[in-house]
Amino acid sequence: MLRVLLPRRRDLVCQQAVELVTDYLEGALSRADRRRFEAHLAGCPHCTEYLAQIRATIDLTGRVTPEDLSPRAQDEFIALYWRWQHDRDQS
Amino acid sequence: MSQNSNAHVSGVAAHQDAEAGLLAALRAGDEQAFITLVRRHHSAMLRLALGYVPSVAIAEEVVQDTWLAVLRGLGGFEGRSTLRTWLLRILVNRARTAGSRERRTIAVPDPEPAVDPTRFDAAGSWASPPERWAQEAHDRLRAAQVAARLRSAMGELPARQREVVMLRDIEGLSSGEVCGVLDISEANQRVLLHRGRSRLRQVVESEFGRA
Repeated sequence: MLRVLLPRRRDLVCQQAVELVTDYLEGALSRADRRRFEAHLAGCPHCTEYLAQIRATIDLTGRVTPEDLSPRAQDEFIALYWRWQHDRDQS
Repeated sequence: MSQNSNAHVSGVAAHQDAEAGLLAALRAGDEQAFITLVRRHHSAMLRLALGYVPSVAIAEEVVQDTWLAVLRGLGGFEGRSTLRTWLLRILVNRARTAGSRERRTIAVPDPEPAVDPTRFDAAGSWASPPERWAQEAHDRLRAAQVAARLRSAMGELPARQREVVMLRDIEGLSSGEVCGVLDISEANQRVLLHRGRSRLRQVVESEFGRA
């Protein structure tokens, strides 16, 4: 587990905040840590931008387009299916 | 993400009902059901396999082998996980075996900072803060350009990080499903996701820097 030792009664520094973004987005921070993280963002435009960049990266990654199943590949899968059926019916 | 969770859960439930119907048709020998299933999962499986093996041809073999294993194992599938989790788990195991000859050194979980430490000052504040591009990233033309760069960057991620990022951020599996497919803990999954996304953010940052 990525353990970041958070100072008990002190604010987060930026270098710590950037390590918490994933846990924050996953909802995995404790309530206290989440408050500390959000408090830091409220006062830090750079880390706010950093979080926005991580969100943008997730969004951009999600746009990697899927390949369609070509007719040739579809024929291959049909052949595979018949072969399996045949093997199964033999046994 | 929590505000979407209700919609997500009902969407997942509907999907699982549809999948149960497909599974029943498949077991009854319905060839079209098989094609439907293949169409639904093929691109995800090919993408995932390509994360392990050096060529599309080998990746396609891995996918075919997986489908054979799925067909043979249908009788034993008890539905404790989703069909998708089950078949991706089979695929990952086959792809890992197929790719083991080509596999890079397994990444030892060294500490890997999300951001180059030299960008912070001694107090831990940003010394070289990120340039503003998050807004611009949503512009459609820029997004298409960067997506292409990201696709190749995915290939350069350490395998375990790539697996998690692919399954979560491309295929949209939930964290629980990913843990089921990869047989890892939630905490482990979060670390890998964190490191993978951090690396990809750096790639995107360098892309926008060039503009």
